[in-house]
Amino acid sequence: MTAPTDMTLAGARAALGRREISAVELTRAHLGAIEALNPRINAYITTTPELALAQAEAADAALAKGEGRALTGIPLAIKDLFCTAGTRTTAGSRILGSFVPPYESTVSGNLLRDGAVFLGKANLDEFAMGSSNTTSAFGAVENPWKRQGEEETFLVPGGSSGGSAAAVAARLALGATATDTGGSIRQPAAFCGIAGIKPTYGRCSRFGIVAFASSLDQAGPVARTVEDCAILLGSMAGFDPKDSTSADIPVPDFAAACARGVKGLRIGIPREYRLDGLPAEIAALWDQGMAWLKAEGAELVEISLPHTKHALPTYYIVAPAEASSNLARYDGVRFGLRENGEDLKDLYERTRAAGFGEEVRRRILIGTYVLSAGYYDAYYLKAQQVRALIKRDFDQAWDKVDAILTPATPSAAFGRDEKQDDPVAMYLNDVFTVTANLAGIPGLAVPAGQDAKGLPLGLQILGKPFDEETVFAVGSAIERAAGFTALPALRAAA
Amino acid sequence: MSLDTATVRRVASLARIRVEEDELPRLEAELNGILGWIEQLQAVDTSSVEPMAGGGNQALRMREDRVTDGDIQEKVLANAPDRAGAFFAVPKVVE
Repeated sequence: MTAPTDMTLAGARAALGRREISAVELTRAHLGAIEALNPRINAYITTTPELALAQAEAADAALAKGEGRALTGIPLAIKDLFCTAGTRTTAGSRILGSFVPPYESTVSGNLLRDGAVFLGKANLDEFAMGSSNTTSAFGAVENPWKRQGEEETFLVPGGSSGGSAAAVAARLALGATATDTGGSIRQPAAFCGIAGIKPTYGRCSRFGIVAFASSLDQAGPVARTVEDCAILLGSMAGFDPKDSTSADIPVPDFAAACARGVKGLRIGIPREYRLDGLPAEIAALWDQGMAWLKAEGAELVEISLPHTKHALPTYYIVAPAEASSNLARYDGVRFGLRENGEDLKDLYERTRAAGFGEEVRRRILIGTYVLSAGYYDAYYLKAQQVRALIKRDFDQAWDKVDAILTPATPSAAFGRDEKQDDPVAMYLNDVFTVTANLAGIPGLAVPAGQDAKGLPLGLQILGKPFDEETVFAVGSAIERAAGFTALPALRAAA
Repeated sequence: MSLDTATVRRVASLARIRVEEDELPRLEAELNGILGWIEQLQAVDTSSVEPMAGGGNQALRMREDRVTDGDIQEKVLANAPDRAGAFFAVPKVVE
């Protein structure tokens, strides 16, 4: 039998169903792997072994009675941005370093409803702001992959969901929750050689997820296969009256869509994504992806998304503006860190200076500036207008195509000490992913190849609003054609 | 548009983030780097384009007009850094 930590989520579910393995055994295998590897990788901020074993015992009892649900006994990592009742939730920030939520986020609650086991809370960039998981107040996460011949180089796992992606890649969980505001699911998934989907805005409830930029934030899963992502999303998604932007539409059988195939589908290839200076390896992988889909019977259609080049600057107005508003709540009064001061304003200012890290402070200041009197129209209103144009580009594309294929990232994982001096250089990581957040559409990253040093590279499939099924169908076709079987250097039982 | 030191100081005060004087020059340079980069949006023709405010397409729902505070005072106060009885406590605000 496959080692428990090497199973896919779907495989583990089948093995649990056949009673070939118990939920307690499966959970113990993962807890052992975490104990061995997490001190180095730092994928988890908090582990909850006792809670996990209690949940696993309950799962075994349910399975024995024939009452297994979609995820009964499946061990998962939960990004430390999802509030978990009774378990510390930090958002990777000092300001929430000892915050214990009295309530459960809707998404994590849906997973518990379906029988999942929570191994712990996964590391992330502070308040999900970053592309390298180096802004966490709880330390950087190490990418389990290594450049060939450079075993000493510490590579980043991407961000912000770097702990989630590293945990899944290193076999410290069968899957994980993540969130994506500008690429925070898809970029770390690509950097760690796993799959991850940001669903349509409104598909997953934002209730109980620490807010970053509310009009862009979406929860989604990362896992080692596209089908595993589909299974997880099926549990995570669904209408929630507690989120005013939650979509009241049925959740289809995402996992079934993975087997649909792509015959007859029209796949858009946006010419603006062929950037000047795009590395040859990335361009070649993209071409390979097109060839695979064509061989499977899809029709390739060149399309234009003319406002693409304005997406990143638009994002870096909209996201900090919303963040500056959302993060106003951290004032040292009702919860979180407090630094005492001479008066109330001094208390606020000292608390926020001590509690927020450098990148978060920078984004709050940018957001405050672009929303301030006299500059609102020039920056924020302008960005909202350009955002409308970016969305219109996609709306027009859907007349011609059923899905869009692009690279997931402009490079493979980079070293911890690279790109740290210039915030704008770091922001360029999200060049292919950020448009989906601005337009509110689903995007899936799937591992499709390796660079010359053996690091994983991903492709991205974008889809129509609420048509994740087609995205899963195309992603699965890429996954089957790519046959990606390479393994990271750091992993359980390796 | 470029920020000067006085503006950075004012924005930090609006954002209620204490910034030490010796941090200002570097912060000013970083913020101007980012703002210089996003300045390119001014070149986009957005005349008669309706601004997109939200992430979804749906109109926001109305909820029933009733009290839903949950009567969970202890849970609300559980994470307070300082409390006085059933209240959050802060330094003296009014002399």
